[in-house]
Amino acid sequence: MLRIENVSKTFNPGTVNEKKALDHLSLHLLPGDFATIVGSNGAGKSTMFNAIAGTFLADEGTILLGGEDITFRPEHIRSRTIGRLFQDPLMGTAPHMTIEENLAVAYLRASGRSSVFSRISRKDRAFFRDQLSLLDMGLEDRMSQPVGLLSGGQRQALTLLMATVVTPRILLLDEHTAALDPATAAKVLELTRTIVAERSITCLMVTHNMHQALEMGNRTIMMNAGRIVLDVAGTEREGMTVEDLLRRFAAGAGKAFDNDRILLSTEEGI
Amino acid sequence: MGFLTAGIIRTALEVGLIYGLVALSLFISFSILDICDLSTDGCYTLGCAVGAMVTIAGHPLLGILCAMGAGVCSGFVTAFLQTRLGVQSILAGIIVNTGLYTINLAVMGFSSNVSIFGTDTVFSLFGSLSESDFWKDWSDLILLALILLAVGTFIYWFLGTRLGLSIRATGDSLAMVRASSINPALMITIGLCFSGSLTALAGCLVGQFNKTCDINLGTGMVTIALASLVIGETLTGRGRIPVRIAGVVLGSCLYRLIISIALRLNVPTEAFKLVSALIVAVAIAAPEARKLIAARGRQLSHKRTS
Repeated sequence: MLRIENVSKTFNPGTVNEKKALDHLSLHLLPGDFATIVGSNGAGKSTMFNAIAGTFLADEGTILLGGEDITFRPEHIRSRTIGRLFQDPLMGTAPHMTIEENLAVAYLRASGRSSVFSRISRKDRAFFRDQLSLLDMGLEDRMSQPVGLLSGGQRQALTLLMATVVTPRILLLDEHTAALDPATAAKVLELTRTIVAERSITCLMVTHNMHQALEMGNRTIMMNAGRIVLDVAGTEREGMTVEDLLRRFAAGAGKAFDNDRILLSTEEGI
Repeated sequence: MGFLTAGIIRTALEVGLIYGLVALSLFISFSILDICDLSTDGCYTLGCAVGAMVTIAGHPLLGILCAMGAGVCSGFVTAFLQTRLGVQSILAGIIVNTGLYTINLAVMGFSSNVSIFGTDTVFSLFGSLSESDFWKDWSDLILLALILLAVGTFIYWFLGTRLGLSIRATGDSLAMVRASSINPALMITIGLCFSGSLTALAGCLVGQFNKTCDINLGTGMVTIALASLVIGETLTGRGRIPVRIAGVVLGSCLYRLIISIALRLNVPTEAFKLVSALIVAVAIAAPEARKLIAARGRQLSHKRTS
């Protein structure tokens, strides 16, 4: 589904702040793959997401999504088939617009052919209500309230719904539960699991929780210095413990794992 | 009527409604798109100049369309500078504003003012519908009110369409827009073109209303419109869209009424800019002042009870 070939990106080239964020990175995801990504700070996880989403153009290499070459496609064209969640729950929604209006904007992806001058119809409204009730947060009864009144967890759940209201070719989750309290994070994670599984969406999820990295999805990827140093799946992954993962990382990266936040995170903790 | 005659109130409302169009234009660029567009002054004069020239040629209605078209072009250039060439939005507005001065002069045949006496205007056409005294006095105001009603309704309708929602989202959360298949550059362009057309419409109407166009007509317009906008938003808050639109027009009329009162109090015309500045400052400070007074009141009652 997603094929990244030899992609590199250097920020501030030719200056003292030169930073090679992606270093001939290659990754191939099969349809329905759900890969978790872990890596130390500055490993290039978010940069890889930005490269896929088209926030910037890669310096070299090609990116294919669903068989199409999207290397030079502008961001807003790519986002028709890419769903994306950020760590900050405030980023994915428009606070001064109502829940219904936010969903309508997200739903534009599906109605690209219909008139830009059409309004939210009764049919759309009923559809949004159905979708919102799946979140089980009572949002379906608050559709005309501004999103700014919702809690961070509710906003992130809404963003998840907006990113998947039209099934994307790939869903990019960038530590989307890291800023939420433990109970809400568990809820949003559960929703993620359900939605991704129900429609077998191809998904990449950055996490800083090692247990999550092994438990969610069917593949675990570790990144370091703009490269993938470990990529495990299937039976090899099933029996793995966090210790195994760290040992394999050290072997692949040539150094010990150095992110305290990740090392200190516990099984249920965040 | 004494202090404020019907005539004074009527004139205040007429001018207030015309300025209300400029305030609505800023409502779109400043409140909805969150862009500080400072090309208003030049764009307003552009609308007046283009409208005046076409009206002199004998086509007052066509003049309105041409003026709005010119406003769209002005908005497009401002948007192009900031979305494609990376010019900061404030700077883009200033650049366009400066350039428009020469263009406006050129439109008026390189003279600093033109008058449109002797030809029909939309106001004289509408006024000739009836001969009654009432109609003679009030037809201008009725026409302007109808125009504002139409424009206000159109804005309300437009902001509820898919396109309008996308424009609102662009001003509200850029990150969200990037993730939802909307092209923010296109939305900013459409928004500024729309906003420019409203400013130019106001300029055209004021030209036909006063039967003259002056190159310095627009000077300070952005402050006046901003004052109206802020008064309106203070009155209505960030509630539902139709209420906010009505609030902006109301704010503009209120602003002109305050100016009329200042006139009646014999405030010298040289002091008008200061009066305008004070009105803006008071309007912006009002919500904060209310909070301060409330806090002070609580403090006092707290002392008394303890």
